[in-house]
Amino acid sequence: MPRVAAIALNTFREAVRDRVLYNLIVFALLLIGTAILFGQISIGVERLIVINLGLTAVTFFGLAIAIFIGIGLVYKEMDQRTLYVLLAKPVRRVEFILGKFCGLGLTLLVNTALMAAGFFLALYYVQGKVSLPDPNLLAALYFVFLALLLATALALFFSCFSSPVLSAALTFALFIGGSLADDLRELGRMVEVPWVKAVGEGVYYVIPNFRNFNIISSVAQGHPVPPALLWQNTAYAALYIGLVLAASALIFQNRNLK
Amino acid sequence: MPAIEIADLTKDYPLGFWRQRRHRALDRLTLTVEAGEVFGLLGPNGAGKTTTLKLLMRLIYPTAGTAHLLGRPFTDIDVHRRLGYLPEAPYFYQYLTAREFLDYCGQLFGQSKADRRRRVGELLEQVGLVEAADVALRFFSRGMLQRAGIAQALINDPELIFLDEPMLGLDPIGRREVRDLILRLRAAGKTVCFSTHVLPDAESLCDRVAILNRGGLHGLGSLGEILAIQVKANEVLVGQASPVLVEALRRLSDNVRLIGDKLSLTVPDEQLYAVLDCIRAQGGRLLAVNPVRASLEDYFYEKFGTEKVPELTGGV
Repeated sequence: MPRVAAIALNTFREAVRDRVLYNLIVFALLLIGTAILFGQISIGVERLIVINLGLTAVTFFGLAIAIFIGIGLVYKEMDQRTLYVLLAKPVRRVEFILGKFCGLGLTLLVNTALMAAGFFLALYYVQGKVSLPDPNLLAALYFVFLALLLATALALFFSCFSSPVLSAALTFALFIGGSLADDLRELGRMVEVPWVKAVGEGVYYVIPNFRNFNIISSVAQGHPVPPALLWQNTAYAALYIGLVLAASALIFQNRNLK
Repeated sequence: MPAIEIADLTKDYPLGFWRQRRHRALDRLTLTVEAGEVFGLLGPNGAGKTTTLKLLMRLIYPTAGTAHLLGRPFTDIDVHRRLGYLPEAPYFYQYLTAREFLDYCGQLFGQSKADRRRRVGELLEQVGLVEAADVALRFFSRGMLQRAGIAQALINDPELIFLDEPMLGLDPIGRREVRDLILRLRAAGKTVCFSTHVLPDAESLCDRVAILNRGGLHGLGSLGEILAIQVKANEVLVGQASPVLVEALRRLSDNVRLIGDKLSLTVPDEQLYAVLDCIRAQGGRLLAVNPVRASLEDYFYEKFGTEKVPELTGGV
C-alpha cells in the first residue's frame, strides 16, 4: 500500500502542476457563474436553472479532466519511458495501475470539491441566503464524482493498450453510450427482430450505465434522492471500476515495454 | 553465490501485421557474474545489451530461459529491493525537481522520511547535483539527467547495480566521476553490471566482459582472456641497424618501418626468436620487445567487421 500511495500522490502532484487543469477549473467556474445570468432572466426558475447548468458543468468539465488526464496515465509513462525507472524498483504492475487510478481519483475529488464550492456560491447568490447545503444536491454531486471515477477507470483501461486519441474517443463513446443505455435497450425491445433485441439487452448490461448516476434534473425539480440509490450506485460503481481495473492490470501485466 | 546467473535467456519480438515473423533480439544467452565484480556488456547497436538488462528488470518478458539475481528468480519482486537500475538515456518526470524525484524513488522502497532526506542529500552530493537539487528536471541537460539517473539507481544502497550506458551524454569530467563512482562501488563490495560503447571505459573498469552481437554471445571472460586470443605479435625496436640487417629483417617480417634512426618491426610470436638471432648476428642493438596487445576496438573490428563496429568513443 505505501507504494500505491506514493504513486497516487505523485500522479496527483503531476496533475496539480499541469496548467491545463487550472484552465478547465476556471472555465467550469465561469460557466457556473453564467448560470446566475441565465437564472436572472428566467423568472421563477432561477434555482432550477442554476442547479441544472451548474451540475452539468461540474459533470462535463470533470469528465474532460478524467479523460484528458486518464488517457495519458499509462501511455505517457510508457511513451516517455519514465516507467522504466519505476517498474525496475520493487513495484508490482498492479500497484502502478492502482496508484495511477487513485492519484487521478484524488485529483478529481479536489476538482469536484472546488467546482461544487463555486456551484453552491452561485446557488446562494440566486437564493439570496446562505444555508446548509441541500443533501439531495450533495447526493447528486456524489453521483457525479462516482461517474467521473468510472470514466477514469475506462480511460486508464484504454490507455493500457491504445493511443491517447483512440483512448479518448473510446472513453467518450462509452460515456455517451452509457448515458443512453436505457434508450438503447428500449430501442432493441421495440424492434421485432430477436437478435437485435438480444444485442440491445447485451449492450445494456455490458456498457457502464452512466444514466444511473445522473439525477441532476430530478434534484433540480426538488425530488428527494431515494436512500437505496446511494448504496446501489456506490456498489455498481465499485464493482464496475473493480472489474475495469482488474482487466487493465491483466493487460498491463503482460505488456512488454518498448 | 553468483550475483547474476543467466541461462538460455531468449527474447523474440513478433514482426509484421499478423505478428507471424519473429526477430530474435537475444539468443540463448548464458552467463554468470560473481558477486563483487564489475562486469561489462559490450557490443554494437542491436547486440542485445539493453534487451538483456530490460529482461532482468522485468520490463520485458523472456521468450525462453531463466535468470537469477542474488540467488533469487529475477521475477521475484523482493530481490528488486536489492537492485539498482539506470536505463539507457533516462527520461524522468519533468514536473519534479531532482530532490523530489529522488524522494519519490525512496518512497517506492518504503524508506522513512528521515532516511530519505539523508540519503537524497548524500546522493545529490555524490553525483554533483547539490546546486540543481531544487530545479525542475525539465531544465536539466542530458548530462545532468544522467547524473540524476545514477543517483536514483543508488537510492536503496543496492547490492547489485545495472547501468545501461552510464557514460552517455556525460562530459569528460562527468565520465571520470562515473568511473570513480563505479570503482568506489566495487571497493564497497557491490556488483556492477554495465553496458557501454565507450571501449576504454570497459578496458579500465571491467573485471570481466561479455561480447554480444546480434543477440548472441561472442566472448565471455576477463579482457585479458578475450584479448589474449588476439595477441599474436610483438613489436621489436632496433637501433644501429645496418643496411644488411635491414635487408635480413625484411626477409623475416613484412612490417619493417624506419622511425628516425631506429627500426621498428612487427613480428609474429613464432618468428620472434629468429628475428632476435638475426639482430644479434648482424650486430644490431635490441632496444625493446613489446607484445602487441589487441584492444577491444581491434577485437570488434576483427570479429564483426567495420559495418557492425560500435560507435567507438575515445573516452577520457
